[in-house]
Amino acid sequence: MNGTIEAPTIEYALLAPLLVVFGAAIVGVLVEAFAPRYLRSAIHLPLTLLSLAGAFALAVWQALKGVPTKPAAMGAVAVDGPALFIWGTILILAFVSVLLIKDEEHFVGSAAAVPGSAEEEQALIERAAHTEVYPLLMFAVGGMLLFPAANDLLVAFVALEVMSLPLYLLCGLARRRRLLSQEAAVKYFLLGAFSSAFFLYGTALLYGFAGSVELARINLALGTVGGQDTLLYIGAALLGVGLLFKIGAAPFQAWKPDVYQGSPTPVTALMASGTLVAAFGALLRVFWVGLGGLDWDWRPVLYGVAILTMVVGAILAITQTDIKRMLAYSSVAHGGFLLIGVIATGHTQAENTSALSGLLFYLVAYGFTTVGAFAVVTMVRDAGGEAWHLSRWAGLGKRSPLLAGVFAFFLLAFAGIPLTSGFFGKYAIFQAAVDNGATPLVIIGVVASAVAAFFYVRVIVLMFFSDPAADGPSVVLPSRGTAAVVGVAALATVVLGVYPQPVLDLAHTAAQSLFVR
Amino acid sequence: MPWLSTLMGVSVLGALGVTLVRNDKLAKQFTLVVSLIVLALTVAMAVQFSPNGDKFQFAETYDWIPAFGVHYGVAVDGIALVLILLSAILVPIVVLASWHDAEAGKRSVRTYFSLLLVLEAMMIGVFAATDVFLFYVFFEAMLIPMYFMIGSYGGAQRSYAAVKFLLYSLFGGLLMLVAVIALYSIAGKGTFMFPDLVGTIQDVTTQKWLFLGFFIAFAIKAPLWPFHTWLPDAAAQAPAGAAVLLVGVLDKVGTYGMLRFCLELFPDAAKFFTPLVITLSVIGIVYGAIVAIGQTDMKRLIAYTSVSHFGFIAMGVFAMTTSAGAGATLYMVNHGFSTGALFLIAGFLIYRRGSQFIADYGGVQKVAPVLAGTFLVAGLSSLSLPGLSTFVSEFMVLTGTYQRYVVPAVIATVGVILAAIYILWMYQRMMNGPTAESVKSLPDLNAREKWVVAPLVALLLVFGFYPKPLLDVINPAVKDTLSSVSVTDPQPAVPVAQEGQ
Repeated sequence: MNGTIEAPTIEYALLAPLLVVFGAAIVGVLVEAFAPRYLRSAIHLPLTLLSLAGAFALAVWQALKGVPTKPAAMGAVAVDGPALFIWGTILILAFVSVLLIKDEEHFVGSAAAVPGSAEEEQALIERAAHTEVYPLLMFAVGGMLLFPAANDLLVAFVALEVMSLPLYLLCGLARRRRLLSQEAAVKYFLLGAFSSAFFLYGTALLYGFAGSVELARINLALGTVGGQDTLLYIGAALLGVGLLFKIGAAPFQAWKPDVYQGSPTPVTALMASGTLVAAFGALLRVFWVGLGGLDWDWRPVLYGVAILTMVVGAILAITQTDIKRMLAYSSVAHGGFLLIGVIATGHTQAENTSALSGLLFYLVAYGFTTVGAFAVVTMVRDAGGEAWHLSRWAGLGKRSPLLAGVFAFFLLAFAGIPLTSGFFGKYAIFQAAVDNGATPLVIIGVVASAVAAFFYVRVIVLMFFSDPAADGPSVVLPSRGTAAVVGVAALATVVLGVYPQPVLDLAHTAAQSLFVR
Repeated sequence: MPWLSTLMGVSVLGALGVTLVRNDKLAKQFTLVVSLIVLALTVAMAVQFSPNGDKFQFAETYDWIPAFGVHYGVAVDGIALVLILLSAILVPIVVLASWHDAEAGKRSVRTYFSLLLVLEAMMIGVFAATDVFLFYVFFEAMLIPMYFMIGSYGGAQRSYAAVKFLLYSLFGGLLMLVAVIALYSIAGKGTFMFPDLVGTIQDVTTQKWLFLGFFIAFAIKAPLWPFHTWLPDAAAQAPAGAAVLLVGVLDKVGTYGMLRFCLELFPDAAKFFTPLVITLSVIGIVYGAIVAIGQTDMKRLIAYTSVSHFGFIAMGVFAMTTSAGAGATLYMVNHGFSTGALFLIAGFLIYRRGSQFIADYGGVQKVAPVLAGTFLVAGLSSLSLPGLSTFVSEFMVLTGTYQRYVVPAVIATVGVILAAIYILWMYQRMMNGPTAESVKSLPDLNAREKWVVAPLVALLLVFGFYPKPLLDVINPAVKDTLSSVSVTDPQPAVPVAQEGQ
C-alpha cells in the first residue's frame, strides 16, 4: 500500500468495434438534442448503418490480424475468437434489423400519450416520430457486443443493463395495439429487473466465495477455496437464473411470448436474433470459463433445463394462434436445442471446440432465419396493422405465392429439414452432443423437433392448402429495406443449407482456441 | 460421363424451366420431354452397367462438407439401378396420366409439374447415394415436394393426409438422424461413405440400437404393420399420379434402406431382429389383405393391398436367402408397375365419375371395355397371376423364405389367396353386373390414357415371361449384400423348383 494507483492499460484497437458502436450511440443522442426534427431521420439512418458496418469491418480486421490470447482492458473484456465471431454475427444481424426499423411506421408518434387519447391523435397528425429509436438501438447493440465478451461479472452486469434498458423502452413503442405494446414493455422491464437482481446477487455471492469477480479467478478459486460451498452454489445458481432468463429457457420463458408479441416487429426481430446470440455467448463464457471446474454440478441442472425448455417450447407453440407468439415459443424451443450445445462439453479441447463451433454455427443460421421470418410478418397486413392471427394467414400462398413460399422455407428451416441452414445447425449440435455422451438429450431433442415440426407445418398448411378468407390481409409492397432483409435472410438460409462449409470453417477457427482466460 | 449427376441435373433444371414457362400446356409438354430425356439417359446408363463388374458403378465422389465428413457420393449397384429405372419409367407415365389432374383445384399447374421433376431428381438421388448422410438428406428432403403435391392437389381431406404423411415420415427420419450421427461417432472413421462404414460397428449391442434407429424410419416409410396407418390416408387423398410415385417409388426407399443399410451396416443386429421383422411382415401380409377386402374406397383398397405387398418385400429382405432377396428386389420393381397401373386406372375412373367409392360403379366393362380390361390385367398382376411379372417375384420370395422359415412362408401364402379375393371382388363389383345408371355414359380410355396404360401392361407381361435381364442385374448385388451379412443359403432338404422362370 504505497498509495499510488497504476493507470490501467486499455487496448483501444481491440475494443474499437465496441467503441464505434457506443460512439455512434452517443452521437445519435446529440443529434436528437440538436438537429431539427425533419433532419433527424436522415442523419440517424446513415450514421447507424455506417457505424455498424464500420464496427463489423474493424472486427473482421481484428480477426484477420490475429486473435489475442489475453483479455483486454486489464482482464475486463475478452476479445477472443468466439467473441469476435459473435460480434460479427450480432453486427450483421443488427444491420439487417436496422433496415427493417427504417420503415418508421412501425413506431408510435408519441409514446407518452395515453392510447386512444387526443394527444396521440395529434401526434399522428403532426407526423411526430420517435427518432430516438436509432440511438437506443445502438446502445442495445453495444450492450450485446460487450455482454458475451465480458470477462468479469461486473462488466457482464453493466453490459446486461446497457443491452436491456434500451430494449425495454423499444418494446413499448409499437404504433398499433398500443396497450399490448405497453404491457410488453412493463412486463419485460419488471421481469428483466428481477433477473438482473438475481444476476447481481449471484455476482456478490461469488465474490464472497472467490474474492474476485473475474471469471478466471473464480475458476481458480474453485480448486483452492474450501468451506465456502454454500456461497458458491447459491451464487452460481442465481447467476444461472439471470442468464437463463435472457435466453428464455424454461422455467424462465414466460416473458418471451408477451414481449415478442407486443414489441414492434423489427425490434422483436433484433431481440430474437441479436439478444439470443449475445446471451448465449455470455452464458457460455460464464459456465465454461468461470464455472468450468464446477461442471459436475451444473451439468445435471442444465440437462434438466434443456429438456424442459425444448419440451415446453415445442408443446406450448402448438397451442398458439398468433404468429408472433408462435415464433416466440419456437425461439424458446431453439434455445433448448442450443443449450444442448452448452452441455456437450468433453474432456479434450477438440471436443469442446466441436461443441462451440456447432453452437456458433447454429446461432448464425437461426439468427438470419429469424430476422427473415419477422420481416415477412411485417409485410402481411390488414386494416388493423400487421395480421398476427394465424387464421388470417389462410390462403396466403394463393394471393402472394412468392412471399408465402419464402416464409414456408423459413419455417422448414426452423423445423430443421435438410437443405436448409437449420438442419446443419441442429446437426452440428447433435453431433457434438453424441460425441460427448449426451445421446439421451439428443433423442429428446429430435422428438421435440418432430413436435415442433407440427406447428411449423400447420402454418404451411394454412398458407397453401386452405382457401383464402374473403377479407383476408393483403401483402404490402415491401420497402427496399424490407425486401433486402427478406432476400438476405432467404439467401443465407439457402447457402448455409446447401454449402455450409465456409461458415463452419469460420466457426471452427473462431472456436479453435476456445475462450481466453 | 457423370451419369447420375446428369440425371439429377436434368431433372432439376427441368423443374426450374417449368416454372419459367408461362403457358400451362407448354409446361406440361416441357415436363414430359424432360422426363423422357431422363428416361432415355437412364436407359443409356443401364445398358452400360456390367452386372458382374464392380459392386458400385458410375461412382462419383466429391467432398461436400469436409467438416462433417460428408461427401457428395453417388453410384449404383444392381439393386439401386433397377429402382432408378423404375422411377425414370414411372415419371413420364405419371406426367402423361396427370395431364388434367392439377387443373381441377384451380391451383398452379406449373408448380405441380415442377414438383414432380424435383421429386424425380430426389428419387434418383436417394437410391444412388453412397454417402449415408447424403442418403439421409434426400430421404428427408423428398418429403417436401410430395407433401405439397398431396396437400395442394389432393382430395377433400388433403391437408390432414399431407400433414400425417409428413409428420410420420419426419419422426422416423429424425430417429434415423440420431442413429446416423451415432454411427459416425462410433465408427470414428471421419467419413459417411457407405463402403467405408460397412463392418466398422462390431459391438452387437451398439448394432442393435443403431439398427432400430434406421429400421423404424424404414418401417414407417415402407410401411410395415403397425407403422402403416398414414399410407391409406395419404394414398387415398393424393392425386392419382402422386399416389403412384408415393406407393410405387417413395415407399420403396424404406425396403431399399432395409436391404442396403440395415443388413449391411448392422449384420448381427439384423440377424437378431429377423424373427421380429418376419413376424411383423407376416402380420402385415395377412392384415393388409383382410383390411383391403373390407374397403369401400378403391384408392384405400389399393393402398392396403400395398401394405400386404410390402410385407412380402420385407419378408424377402430379411429371409436372407439369395432367392428371397432377389425376389424382394424384383418385387419392388414389379409392385411399382402393377400398383402404378391400378392407381392410374382408378384415377381415370375417378376423373370420369367423380367418386372414389366402389359402390358408385357397376358394369363398367360394358361401356368401357378397354378400361375394364386393363384394370383387370393390373389387378391380376397385383394378385400374382402366373404369366405376369409379380408372380415371379412373389414366388421367389415365398420359396426363398421357405428355405429358412417354413411357418411364416406358409402363412404368407394365405396372403396370395386373400389377394385374389380383394382384387376379383372389387373387379366384380365395379366392372361386372348390370351397368349402373351413373356410369352409362362413361367414355372409354382416350388415346392419351391408352399411352399411359400400354407401357405398364407391356412391362408386366414382358417381365412376367422374361425376368432374366432384371434378375441378372439384381442377383450379383443381392449375393454381395448377403455375403457382407455373411449368411449362406441353407441347403434344401428336398430340391426346390427352378425359380425365376
